[in-house]
Amino acid sequence: MSERLIVSRDGSPLEDSQIDANFSDMHPPLNKTQAKVESSRCLYCFDAPCIRACPTSIDIPKFIHQIRTQNLTGSAITILSSNIMGGTCARVCPTEILCEGECVLNATGEKPIKIGNLQRYAVDQYLEGNNPHPFNRAKSTGRRIAVIGAGPAGLACAHRSAVQGNKVTVFENKAKPGGLNEYGLAAYKMADDFARKEVDFLLKVGGITIKHGQVLGENLTLANLQSEYDAVFIGTGLGDVNNLRVEGEHLNGVQDAVTFIEELRQTAEKHNISVADNVVVIGGGNTAIDAAVQAKRLGAQNVTLVYRRGTDQMPATEWEQDLVKTNNVNVIYWSKPIVLKGGEKVEEVTFERCILKDGILTGTGNFFNLRADLVLKAIGQMLDKNPLAGLSIENRKIRVDEKYQTNLQGVFAGGDCINSGEDLTVQAVEDGRKAAESMHDYLENKNG
Amino acid sequence: MADLKCKIAGIESINPFWLASAPPTDKKLNVVRAFEAGWGGVVWKTMGYDPPVINVTSRYGALHDSNRGVIGINNIELITDRPLEVNLQEIREVREEWPDRVIIGSMMAPMMEKLWKDLAVKIAEAGVHGIELNLGCPHGMCERGMGSAIGQVPEMVENATRWVREAVDIPVFTKLTPNITDILLPAEAAKAGGADAVSLINTVNSIAGVDLDIMAPLPSVDGKGTHGGYCGAAVKPIALHMVGDIARNPDTRNLEISAIGGIGNWRDAAEFIALGASGVQVCTAAMLYGFRIVEDMIDGLSRFMDEKGYKAISDFQGLAVPNTVDWNDLNMNFDLKAEINKDLCIECGRCHIACEDTSHQAITKKAKADGGMEYEVVNDDCVGCNLCLHVCPVLDCITMKPVDNGLPHLTWPEHPENPIRVAKKEK
Repeated sequence: MSERLIVSRDGSPLEDSQIDANFSDMHPPLNKTQAKVESSRCLYCFDAPCIRACPTSIDIPKFIHQIRTQNLTGSAITILSSNIMGGTCARVCPTEILCEGECVLNATGEKPIKIGNLQRYAVDQYLEGNNPHPFNRAKSTGRRIAVIGAGPAGLACAHRSAVQGNKVTVFENKAKPGGLNEYGLAAYKMADDFARKEVDFLLKVGGITIKHGQVLGENLTLANLQSEYDAVFIGTGLGDVNNLRVEGEHLNGVQDAVTFIEELRQTAEKHNISVADNVVVIGGGNTAIDAAVQAKRLGAQNVTLVYRRGTDQMPATEWEQDLVKTNNVNVIYWSKPIVLKGGEKVEEVTFERCILKDGILTGTGNFFNLRADLVLKAIGQMLDKNPLAGLSIENRKIRVDEKYQTNLQGVFAGGDCINSGEDLTVQAVEDGRKAAESMHDYLENKNG
Repeated sequence: MADLKCKIAGIESINPFWLASAPPTDKKLNVVRAFEAGWGGVVWKTMGYDPPVINVTSRYGALHDSNRGVIGINNIELITDRPLEVNLQEIREVREEWPDRVIIGSMMAPMMEKLWKDLAVKIAEAGVHGIELNLGCPHGMCERGMGSAIGQVPEMVENATRWVREAVDIPVFTKLTPNITDILLPAEAAKAGGADAVSLINTVNSIAGVDLDIMAPLPSVDGKGTHGGYCGAAVKPIALHMVGDIARNPDTRNLEISAIGGIGNWRDAAEFIALGASGVQVCTAAMLYGFRIVEDMIDGLSRFMDEKGYKAISDFQGLAVPNTVDWNDLNMNFDLKAEINKDLCIECGRCHIACEDTSHQAITKKAKADGGMEYEVVNDDCVGCNLCLHVCPVLDCITMKPVDNGLPHLTWPEHPENPIRVAKKEK
């Protein structure tokens, strides 16, 4: 597997084995020699900028030094102590704008240390090694904590809370735990069911129960949880998606990219998914990229990603943007959808070329059509406010104070549903952990 | 390009690069490959009396840096394990086929005059240009009363040297062991015995590592290990010191020196020559990379000499010797301050933490407005120790600037704070 698309040599449709190969590990794990070479390149900086760039402040020079000294268990524990989902973050973090982007070697003209790959090397070694869970729980506090959402924020909060000696119940609406790690990230970044393996590892700490099929606002209310538990953490992420708000949006064949990715992630053998010949993805974020690249890797003939602005404004990182190109996805910038046309199902999308006029995106009056059998909408997710009545909302997210507490006493929140930073797994993990610590302080003070 | 032709103990060589007595010079096949590659000479692997020795498996241990670079190797191999006549016959053949290349025969024998003399004569008769006495092997052979067991006793060094000197009329190289407290004692003994040259250093007594699974020294032979001879880049500083000591010692300064010890490239060779050596011997670097390394040794040394205007090796041989002095002769008024080039600094913080934790707290760390860190030398606290310069990963980022303090040259014996100072010498 590689970042490049596996195409059939003669242009004929992909064979099943090629499709499956397209969804194996995009970046194979480092082998022993590679890990040695790479860890040796690290300068072991003091007060290192890579640590400052990591939302979870992993002691990166230390864990790399530990790889170098062949103290792999110590290395994994250094990582996991700061970030219990270090395995996923190693795979999916946009390291080019975080730790690796700040690596001092960039300034020498050398390539930065492959921090993500080394982190994966250490964590995988530990998780695969049938090792005991590395963190012990403090003696029981007798307290019960409710966590809504078994995504990275919720699980990180649950883990920390369990370590503090609390009993934690996680309420999850989907059938599997993991949140976007399980349902959202591109399949080739999370190969071999890693999301599940990581959750299994995390739960080994003990004291955490996950209840599935629990939907806030339906069979679950915040008020009940508040009365039954000592504290509540909300890590529900962004449950809703933005709409195009153009005619034809509800035609068959028009789908949220999030749903497309989710179905793809939940299909064991990717060659069983039939993909349309002409796929149009609308949007410019990492979700749009993940949808476009995966559609291409499923064997779609033509995949076109259309973004209303230019490459510099694209929320997707440079690495993600490059991925689109190496995977033969067509990209059209400065174009917005005007109308989706079709009969029983979508057949064509009309776009209008755009320019920036006095800082405002403006149609030019030039139109073009793209043939489309499948349109994937990826213009952003948003908070589903309906089940969150009573919570103060600010900038379209749940408002929390610096202690991650919402306007409701004893109700905390973290992850994509709050405005803590970028909507990244690593940020969610940090939020969950920090919120657990705040909850602990809050309960100690309240009872003490 | 400068001509590298040189004379070592009177022996003409097309260049100063010889292979040391070791596995690479154990037989004709290797030696011919070395000559094809361009080596000026070889010291044939040490020969002794038949029956030949028998070696064990395994034989080498190594000290690696974290990136698998070999810092040093240690070995527990003995002298040649082939019959003497096989070696002598091959020497005769190579001498005939490669008339412009040097072959020195290395030998060892128990401490009996007749044994040393008879073997030396046999080897000389095979046509070698000189004989090297292996008085340094620190493993195995010393347990049989040879090698370093002789080299560590100056009287024996003198005797063995004299016996061979009396027996043959070709140059005699006495090879010294570094496993002693003062290299001058065996060097002076070799001179007293009539050596034309000393070869040094032989390998350093060592254990390459410990296998923590089987709890045995490395290299391990069926679960047991023994000390071996350490060589390679790691021993170069030890060798430079010993070569320099012999070169600047009045009693030994006329001895020619065939330098050995961690020489892996032309620069290493030039350093030994600058410290007084007439030529150099190489082993470990060839064992790591093959004989081809001599190509750049020849090329690099010639270019260095061109650049500096040296027409012959002898033009720069020993030039660093007068500058190699006792601590008491150093100028205590000389002062340096570190200077960090902020344009080159990558903000790794290594200089800061090294100075802060282990030296003089003379490099401060300040957060910059743009989020980075700024490191700055506090001149009042900087003692000019060079530590920051050595830990800095960026070339030329930290430089040491001499301070123009206007103070005269002052040594410790002359220093006012020295309770047993002497009067300052008048220039």
